[in-house]
Amino acid sequence: MQEELITSGRNIPNIDPFLDIWHWPISVYLFLGGLAAGLLFFAALITILKKDKEYPAAVKFASIVSPIALTLGLLALFYDLTHKIYFWRLYTTVRIESPMSWGAWVLLIITPVSFLWVLSYYSELFPKFKLNFKFLKKFESFLQKNRLLMAYILLPLSVVLGVYTGILLSAFNARPLWNNAILGPLFLISGLSTGAATIILLSKSTKERHLFSKIDLGLVILELGLIVHMMMGMYAGSQVQLEAMQLLIGGEFTMMFFGFVVILGLIVPAILEFLELRGFKIPVAVPALLILLGGLIFRFVMVEAGQITRYLY
Amino acid sequence: MRYAMVIDTLKCVGCSDCVVACQTENDVPIGYCRDWVTENVSGSYPSIELELKSERCNHCENAPCVRCCPTGASHQLNNGIVLVTADECIGCGACIESCPYDARYQHPDGYVDKCTFCHHRLEKGQLPACVAVCPTKCMYFGDLDNQNSEVSKLLKNRKWKTLAPEAGTKPKVYYLI
Ligand code: SF4
Ligand code: SF4
Repeated sequence: MQEELITSGRNIPNIDPFLDIWHWPISVYLFLGGLAAGLLFFAALITILKKDKEYPAAVKFASIVSPIALTLGLLALFYDLTHKIYFWRLYTTVRIESPMSWGAWVLLIITPVSFLWVLSYYSELFPKFKLNFKFLKKFESFLQKNRLLMAYILLPLSVVLGVYTGILLSAFNARPLWNNAILGPLFLISGLSTGAATIILLSKSTKERHLFSKIDLGLVILELGLIVHMMMGMYAGSQVQLEAMQLLIGGEFTMMFFGFVVILGLIVPAILEFLELRGFKIPVAVPALLILLGGLIFRFVMVEAGQITRYLY
Repeated sequence: MRYAMVIDTLKCVGCSDCVVACQTENDVPIGYCRDWVTENVSGSYPSIELELKSERCNHCENAPCVRCCPTGASHQLNNGIVLVTADECIGCGACIESCPYDARYQHPDGYVDKCTFCHHRLEKGQLPACVAVCPTKCMYFGDLDNQNSEVSKLLKNRKWKTLAPEAGTKPKVYYLI
């Protein structure tokens, strides 16, 4: 038998043994960051491949979502800081070893670029609201000319952003559930998949929807593979990692994880997308929404469950 | 200079004087603390072992909290002490997530706080408050780089352990067993 009691005091009143420092805004932020990364990645890729005329939702309509998602994500992140007036301190140093630091810097660059991207499509997106000022029109045409350049900037940055949402968690050795190298790619793939789902939702052309259904199907299968990979890695890991995995398998978070993330958020939409591609009449919005919801719940499960896993006590 | 604390679990009686001394010395807000006492019971009857010990920030040599801090508010002095500068801290909580010992807490004022090894007392040549107050004198404090310091000698002559060494942080609080 081994029993450890805390006989006097601990750091956080009423909360111990759950050092629940990160709350819902962090999960929301990770979701929105991944979503924006996915959208910007596809917009940039399609522009670089010079297919922007064929896939208007990917480069145009869906890209309205990314600056909104990034702004909301940043607000959520800011909301969860407890010493807010010192927020600017993030931008007085660059700390290579801290994922949070380079995440903050990547966001500082990618957010304005995502706004400029939408602005470059302004007259096509909002034909009713004309730009009345000459310099704005000039600026827009300047941006239009440099769209390819923006795409080349966005492509690598969106990958960094997507990976970062996972590495932010996986860099914490102290939380065994997070501390595995798969989390970076897993969050990236999940972000790309939520991006593809948003494009499917907003697209009006069957051709585009089918392309992104196929892409999404591939991503979901990849994601399922990575999840299995993560679990196998944890099972082969140390005692603390075994205990961490038990939260997801046969523990508190099993229903959320398997029911909502794996089955409803990945397997069911994959089957629906597959059937739809085979010609069955299924409204594409259903799998797309399931993917988005599954992605969001996935972030919640990982953030909350990870904070329970620990070395001591 | 490499400061370390050595705590004799065989002498500790779990009175929590160290906890109260720290709270008083460092104006720790009510309901919070920078150090705490644990009671560990292991084995099965009739061979049961009881271990009492006072725990706190381990001032890790390889400190993950310093590495993950995005602003540099968490930093390490040359003598190994890990400190937080309150007006550089944005309260992001990354360091709290990164500490395998859960040694940090969010101060009600928003910034993150933890044990400082009573850095302000050391500067005056005094011992940390918890060490100074311990009625069984089970805590020792000193310089590991000095071969003749009390802590170096104790670690040479006695059996000891550190907490969660597998976390790879090289903690600087040692427990004599
Ligand atoms: S015990 Fe925790 S807070 Fe203290 S130095 Fe180590 S990681 Fe940092
Ligand atoms: S909470 Fe403060 S000390 Fe901790 S990592 Fe964030 S900025 Fe650094």
